[in-house]
Order: sequence, then C-alpha cells, then structure tokens
Amino acid sequence: MTFHITIDGRQVPVVPGQTIGAALHAAGVRSWRTTRFGGRPRGLFCGIGVCFDCLISVNGRAPERACLLEAAPGDEVTTS
Amino acid sequence: MSDVIVVGAGVVGAACAYYAARAGLDVTVIDRGPVAGGTTGSGEGNVLVSDKEPGPELELAVLSNGLWRSLAERHDRQAGPGAHGGFEFEAKGGLVVAETDEIQRRLVELAAEQGLEHVLVSGPELRDYEPRLAEGLAGGVLYPQDAQVQPMLAAARLLRDGADSFGRGTLHLRLGVTVTGFVHSGERVTGVRTSHGDVLGGAVINAAGTWGGEVAALAGVTLPILPRRGFILVTEPLPEPLIKHKVYTAAYVTNVASDSADLETSAVVEGTPAGTVLIGASRERVGFDRTTSVPVLARLAAQAVALFPALREARAIRSYCGFRPYCPDHLPVIGADPRLPGLYHACGHEGAGIGLAPATGHLLAQVLTGQTPDLDLKPFRPDRFSEDSP
Repeated sequence: MTFHITIDGRQVPVVPGQTIGAALHAAGVRSWRTTRFGGRPRGLFCGIGVCFDCLISVNGRAPERACLLEAAPGDEVTTS
Repeated sequence: MSDVIVVGAGVVGAACAYYAARAGLDVTVIDRGPVAGGTTGSGEGNVLVSDKEPGPELELAVLSNGLWRSLAERHDRQAGPGAHGGFEFEAKGGLVVAETDEIQRRLVELAAEQGLEHVLVSGPELRDYEPRLAEGLAGGVLYPQDAQVQPMLAAARLLRDGADSFGRGTLHLRLGVTVTGFVHSGERVTGVRTSHGDVLGGAVINAAGTWGGEVAALAGVTLPILPRRGFILVTEPLPEPLIKHKVYTAAYVTNVASDSADLETSAVVEGTPAGTVLIGASRERVGFDRTTSVPVLARLAAQAVALFPALREARAIRSYCGFRPYCPDHLPVIGADPRLPGLYHACGHEGAGIGLAPATGHLLAQVLTGQTPDLDLKPFRPDRFSEDSP
C-alpha cells in the first residue's frame, strides 16, 4: 500500500520502505538544494550515505541525508 | 627539449611552471601521480601571513599573499566577477583567538613585531567578528590579509593558465611518469631519467614536496626533508555559514614552530564554499604512516567544539591526512643548488606550501632568467644544512 508525503506542499506517493530521496526521485525531483556560491543544484549523488550532497529538511528537523532517511506517512519535505 | 623541467605537480611545482612559462620559458612538469596528488591535495588551502614569526618566511608569505590575489583577479577579469579565481579564492581574513589574558598579551606582542595589517580584538568584541564563537575567550587578533584557496583547484588552475597563456611553446604536463634518476653532462644536470625515458632540459626544479629529499638524493645531493603528519576532519555541509574567518587558537603558532616529534594539536577551524567545515590541525612525526588515528580526530573535534559550540550538532563525514615536508629550521628550500649546476629546489614548505607557492615560483623564475630575485634567497639556500655551511 502506498502512502503520501508532501514536497513543498505537493502530494507525492511513496512505496513503503522507500527513502525520502527515492520518493523525490520517483516524483521527478532531481535536486533540492544549491551550492552556496555557485548556486549549482545538489540532490542524490552517491545514494548510499557517503557524500552528504542530498541533505534535506524533513518535518522541520535538521538536515538529514535523503538517501538514507526512510519516508513516513505524512512527512513534510521542504526544498530550498 | 624544455628550458625547465619541474619535478612535482603539486601547488609549488604548478606555481614554478606558471611563473617560468610567464617568463617565456618552455616548461615540462613531471609527476609520478596526478596533479595535487601529494601534500597539496591533503591540506586546508591556507594562505596565511598571521602565523609567521617575523623573518624571511613572513616576507615570503607577504609577497605570496599579494601574488595569490593577483592570480585570482587575473582569472576573474576573464571569467567574470565571483569566479573566485577559479580556485575558490576567499580573502576571508584570519582570526587568532586567545584563551587567557597571558596568551592574548603574547599575541599582541607578536602582531606588533610582524608589522602586518591587523586589528586587536578584545574578548567581548570577538563575537562582533565571529558571532558563533564560544564565550569566555580572552581576545584575539584579526589579520585581514589571511585567505583561503581550494588547493587542488589552485594547482590545476596554475597549470592550465600557465599552459594557455604564456610561453614560446606550451607547458607540457606528464603525469604518471616517475623520475628515476638524473641526466648529467659534465658537472651539469641536463635532464631526468624517468619510467618513460629520458627528458632533457636546461634546468631541473625539484618541487617534490615531502619527497623532495628523495629526488635530491637521486641527483646525489642531500636535503633533510621529513614528513610531519596532519589530520583534517570534515563536517557535513552546513545549511548556513557558521564560521566567517579562518579561526585558530594561539597554540597553532607555537605548534608550527615547535621541534617536538610528539603529537601536538591546536584548533584550526574554517568553512569552505561547499558548506563543509574543515577542522585541524595536528602535527606528529610518524614517518609516512597513513593509519587513521581516532584519538587525534577526537581531540580535533573536541577542540573545535570548544571554540564553536554549535559544531557539536554537526556530523563529521570524513577525515584525511597528509605529510607536511619539514626542514630542521622550518624554512623551505628555494633556489639554485650550488653543489650541482642546473639543479634548483622548491620544496620543504612544511604546512605553508599553498600559501608560499606563488612567491616560490615567482622568485625561481627570476633566478632562472638571470634577474635579481625580489627577496634574498639566502635563508632558503639548499646547502645550508651541511655542517661546513656558514
């Protein structure tokens, strides 16, 4: 059974067990933050928790690695 | 045949190649590994004047600081403002902080002796400059000239710009080529033997950093350059800049000048354009041992958190180590080797190689083209370590 999370207010379906990063990817979202000076896009890169490129804020908490954090029903994801 | 062969594609070798090419010389750079594969690629990118005692190294640092600025400006004139020189050049300034009044008194004394642009900062004023600093520090000294570069990009940029901008021919870069010996003609060095055949040149610059002693030995001369290991701890990218300057504790200055072989650490903390925070610095003489030392990393982390309590919440994502090339008197080796005509040295910069690279390359280019160097190279001469040396 799929459930939903929201990305910037938009409903996105999630297959149980998917990470936030996987759900974003499946929804066509490829980047969710930018570099500080160059403004270059950052999203999933290594996908296995090593590179810390995919940091994202979920439910207002401090940035987590989207590639490792399992999505939970009703999660509110905010991109910057 | 090149006018100059540079052994070593770290930042010092790259700067030697750049300034030699700018002086109209044809240059070949040889390295057994990649660009910035040695100590250059394992540092913080310090361009510091603040940590130097008055004397020849400080003069070299001041000259080099101006040259780094010129290099960044030159690049940005073509690439556009905000390109940061193409190597993340940040003229962020350095803030040295003192834990006690006694240390602050010594910092103020040092600042007066150095004669550099600086601002004396009282304890209460510290957080006007660094809002997230811990409470209770006695004071500090701000050095606006201190800067930072991304060292791998800086080395690569110097090689690229040297190849594209100057020279009768081109700057040749030969990577994955190991120097195995020297070619002599009479009393002179006229090239190097390599894993890929002989390479001939009018002069050979030994810019092999921590391995400069080994390259010198291949030529039959001694340089007492040994490795001094340092670890750096890297945090995850922080969403907002936490640290504005390069911030370090006064103990760093005494550790840099220390002759102890034992582990010494001091807090050196700075942000990078990628958002990560680099946390150093440790010094120990353990040869070329790359084993990660958790106790050293724990000390670095604790010291950084003592300085910036907010770092307690940041995760460390990796660490790396490198080997500073140090000489017994902590000065680099720069100039012609009087023991072997045709051989020049540009190595042994200890932890200051990034900062001192442009001045080193500039001065050597002056020597190679028969000009009088802007600074007296006597304190850096290669034969100063021998017992009969004056």
